[in-house]
Amino acid sequence: MVTTTAPPSPPAAVTRPRRAKASMTKKRREALAAYAFLAPDVLGLLAFVALPMVLAFGVAFFKVDGFGNYSYVGFANYKLMAHDDQLWSSLRITGIYVVTFVPLAFVVSFALAMLVRNHFRGIGWVRSAFFLPNVVSLVVVGLIWQFLLVDKRGAIANLLAPLGLGDVSFLGTPSLALGTYVVISVWFLMGYQMLVFLAGLKDVPKELEDAAQIDGASAWQRFRYVIWPLLRPTSFFVVVNSTIGAVTGLQAFDLVYVLTKGGPARATSTVVLYIYEQAFTFNNMGYAAALTTVVVAILVLCTGLMFAFTRGGRFDED
Amino acid sequence: MRTKFFPVLAHVLAIIAVAPLLWILISALKPAEDVFSFGWPSSWTLDNLQYVLLKIPMPRFLLNSAIVAVIVTVVALFFHSMAAYALARLRFPGRGLIFSGIMSTLLVSLPVILVPLFLVAKQLGLLDSYAGLIVPSIFHAFGIFLLRQYYLNIPRELEEAADLDGCGYWRRYWSVILPLSRPVLASLSVLFFLANWNAFLWPLTITRNPDLRVIQLGISGMQGQYASAWNLILAAAVIAAIPTVVVFVAGQKRLVDAMKTTGLK
Repeated sequence: MVTTTAPPSPPAAVTRPRRAKASMTKKRREALAAYAFLAPDVLGLLAFVALPMVLAFGVAFFKVDGFGNYSYVGFANYKLMAHDDQLWSSLRITGIYVVTFVPLAFVVSFALAMLVRNHFRGIGWVRSAFFLPNVVSLVVVGLIWQFLLVDKRGAIANLLAPLGLGDVSFLGTPSLALGTYVVISVWFLMGYQMLVFLAGLKDVPKELEDAAQIDGASAWQRFRYVIWPLLRPTSFFVVVNSTIGAVTGLQAFDLVYVLTKGGPARATSTVVLYIYEQAFTFNNMGYAAALTTVVVAILVLCTGLMFAFTRGGRFDED
Repeated sequence: MRTKFFPVLAHVLAIIAVAPLLWILISALKPAEDVFSFGWPSSWTLDNLQYVLLKIPMPRFLLNSAIVAVIVTVVALFFHSMAAYALARLRFPGRGLIFSGIMSTLLVSLPVILVPLFLVAKQLGLLDSYAGLIVPSIFHAFGIFLLRQYYLNIPRELEEAADLDGCGYWRRYWSVILPLSRPVLASLSVLFFLANWNAFLWPLTITRNPDLRVIQLGISGMQGQYASAWNLILAAAVIAAIPTVVVFVAGQKRLVDAMKTTGLK
């Protein structure tokens, strides 16, 4: 920091060393203060985020029994994976979930954002209504939809009865359960993503659109050549965010746990649910840790892509 | 005419979006035998809510959630604002490194580290305790990041005045920066409260003792116990959701501000 006060200047030769020394201690004091301010959070993050991350890689080499005794097994946990059909099936299910959920949530939330972009009567209520599902917990969301989807008697069955679909068991049919889970996830997340898009749309200068309109651009052309390119960073954020959320977010666990517990016939068993089961139902902590490291590897790949795309962008301002 | 079409469509879609929420609210107020009747209830009743509040330790679940959510929110905001102050306003060796280190933890979500975090908590003797529910939930880089962004924009002169008055760093933080950050702290407290009130996976993992059950665990546990008593399950779900809806409506503007910032700034 630059010192703004200029004391009546004594001979320079005398001042310089004293000043240097004073600013040294000031620097040190500032640094010490900074470390003290940072200590609680940094220590907490080390203990409850960084340490567990590192620990996963260590525990992956052990077999842990129900009493918490560790025995070293080398790469045995990783070798197990090769023949673990349920692991591959859960990875496949997570993959299908991601490639259907992410685009669908993107399109729906983007359409909603365009719809509520300009002011009209009751816009406040409309925006809140789209966001409201996101406020409720995933457990409540799961219970709500389980109730609405109760076979033959639920509200959805009643609604679909005139179409002759009243007997369809959405959560009880393996081929439908995952799709149902995708739709519910979209309903849960669309309001949040809509807000993100709205914020992005705010940054699109109105003059640009007006100019395009004066030049005779159609609504589609204005969208395609003005709005869409300017929304690229926002779109990118939405895609990355919802992908990471779909692979390792709470929705990949809470919702499935409440709705179907991975069933029917494991049709909705996501990777994180599978890891949870290995660790806490079957007590295979070591194997669960090894699975964790695989998910981390996938995640690192995703984030590597993210940093490659956002470099020089939003994270570092200094 | 087209200009009328989209607002009307928006209203219709909004009604469809909230319909499931309204539907369980109405169903929770129906007598048990009517719960699946399609349409308006023949009579309204508070029996379900009453039963859930009196016969099930619902007050206990609510209290546990309130304790955890409030303590985590207050302590987290305090720690985060301290860390953010240092990162935004102070110069010290290793600042860039510490900042990127903190930011990189943003990419680690709870399900990813659940198993090893459980092992750490076990070693620290945090299983089945309030501390176990609270302490690990406090630390998250997201709040630090948002607060730091906010603090970067506070004019230096304000702090310099305090500096000239001989205030130390603590006084500058406590008497200058903290009062100035009330709006952002309010936004974040809405966000943090909701996230912690809605937390399910960590409480499920760290607690066995029924007395420590938080509301989300309580209502999901009813699935097994009251499998077909949907009127009661719905009543409990409504009770669990009411505080979040109230907090949302009250803090809506603040929440929206915070959410928007998450995505973009």
